[in-house]
Amino acid sequence: MADEFILSDAGTGAMLLDVAKGSAFDEGRQARLLALAESLSDAHGVEDVVPGMNNLMVTFDPLAVDAGEIERRLLEGWHRATPIEDSGRSHDIAVVYGGPDLQEFAAGLGLSADDVVNLHSAGAYRVAAVGAMPGFPYLSGLDPRLATPRRALPRQGVPKGAVIVGGGQAGIMPITAPSGWHILGHTDFTLFDPHRAFPATLRPGDRVRFTIAGVER
Amino acid sequence: MIEILSSGALNSVQDRGRRGLLSSGVSRSGAMDILALDAANALLGNDRDAAAIEVAAFPFRMRFDVATTVAVTGALAEAQLADRRLPPWWATEVHAGDDLTIAPPTAGARVYVAVGGGIDVPLLLGARATELKSGYGGHEGRGLKRGDRLPLGRRPPGGLPEGGIGAPPPPGRTEADGPLRVLPAAEWAEFSEEARERFVSVGWGVTAEADRQGCRLDGPELMRERRRELLSHGIVPGTVQVPPSGQPIVQLAEANTCGGYPKIATVIEADLWRLGQAMPGDALRFAVVGRDEALAALRETAQWLDGLRKAASLYRVS
Repeated sequence: MADEFILSDAGTGAMLLDVAKGSAFDEGRQARLLALAESLSDAHGVEDVVPGMNNLMVTFDPLAVDAGEIERRLLEGWHRATPIEDSGRSHDIAVVYGGPDLQEFAAGLGLSADDVVNLHSAGAYRVAAVGAMPGFPYLSGLDPRLATPRRALPRQGVPKGAVIVGGGQAGIMPITAPSGWHILGHTDFTLFDPHRAFPATLRPGDRVRFTIAGVER
Repeated sequence: MIEILSSGALNSVQDRGRRGLLSSGVSRSGAMDILALDAANALLGNDRDAAAIEVAAFPFRMRFDVATTVAVTGALAEAQLADRRLPPWWATEVHAGDDLTIAPPTAGARVYVAVGGGIDVPLLLGARATELKSGYGGHEGRGLKRGDRLPLGRRPPGGLPEGGIGAPPPPGRTEADGPLRVLPAAEWAEFSEEARERFVSVGWGVTAEADRQGCRLDGPELMRERRRELLSHGIVPGTVQVPPSGQPIVQLAEANTCGGYPKIATVIEADLWRLGQAMPGDALRFAVVGRDEALAALRETAQWLDGLRKAASLYRVS
């Protein structure tokens, strides 16, 4: 059922609409969510509308607007939402593949490091959402052969520029920070600049390709 | 101006944090104990968005170049202003040249030092809060160190009575060992009955992995009945995640804006300050409440602050 969803409280002032139903990421549902996100951004009492991967979190001032009202807007909005026109920009991002996880990651999948590099750089990715860290892009379009669970314990310092994958998703580290994802390589591409009005370089709907700038062994 | 005479890198300029930028991945940041920050600004008659210093490394010493006002709230710690010892949660006039020294707390982790007119570092992405994890905002995107000089905003008109004014204990401060109230979160029902029962019945130890980003807790493993990978989703400060290790992490002010671990519960906003005051080795308990109680607690806090702001304004001498 395309319209199934789970709605849950995320504390007093936030609500999460999850339309994934535990299944794989779906581009069509994401496009509808982005339309819903846009329609909610000016709603009374709403502070933040945060698209995730097949989900949407809305934060609001619970003293200014009733949680039930947000709930109603989310549900009605979801049923009405139609995908917005495809207007994303395109970005080519040069990657030097290698790093602490590449060999082990490949071995865990029964692949060679070269297979991983080729599969990762062949993908056509879309920015599904931006978040976690400042300007971090959640990229859909990862080859399912590269899908693996996240690490059991997050690593404390994954470096800025690390090109990473986790679950069925791909991403790039905009800053050095903890992450439970696997590191496949490194890029110099700038993802975030707090001195710009729109601090994040990539936005939901944008297209990304990774090019091979080198492979380190 | 004020000058920092002694500080650790964990001390930073903080305000109420950034709103409306979660979808660019910009964490809320801001004070870990917003109630203490709000109270300090209320005592001084500052705007509620005024920035203060969050002190988490002690001893902390600073000097005032100008006559102004100061308020010290948050963790209970000895605060010495020139030759005076300040009572807890206190605001008073300061003279140019006065030194303020904050000793290590006897209870709690973070002290807030607010100054009349606030710390006037540049606004960045709508706030003056320092984002220590990502290195932007506040004073040069970093913690404070000796020799830093910070500009002050224009202090509100009127002065404080001689001797100063204090705040009564805010709601919940005196029974600080009561449970942290939580609302069930998205994956609550996926945890086994035993795990849910454990979550609310045991004392959770605050580990050394506790900072402005989050707080890892130590206790019995919380297992889910259904193990599945979640797609990444927005999270807020207060989210209690349970990674595959089964040991919960509570996300705090500088939490990542999205996460992928299952969420058993969310600490209600009115109780979040308690995690900002938790020290490694402290034991925390959780109690599940409903939306109504969570909202009532938030209202109670807002009313207490309103009352404090009004009372403080009556004492202001013009």
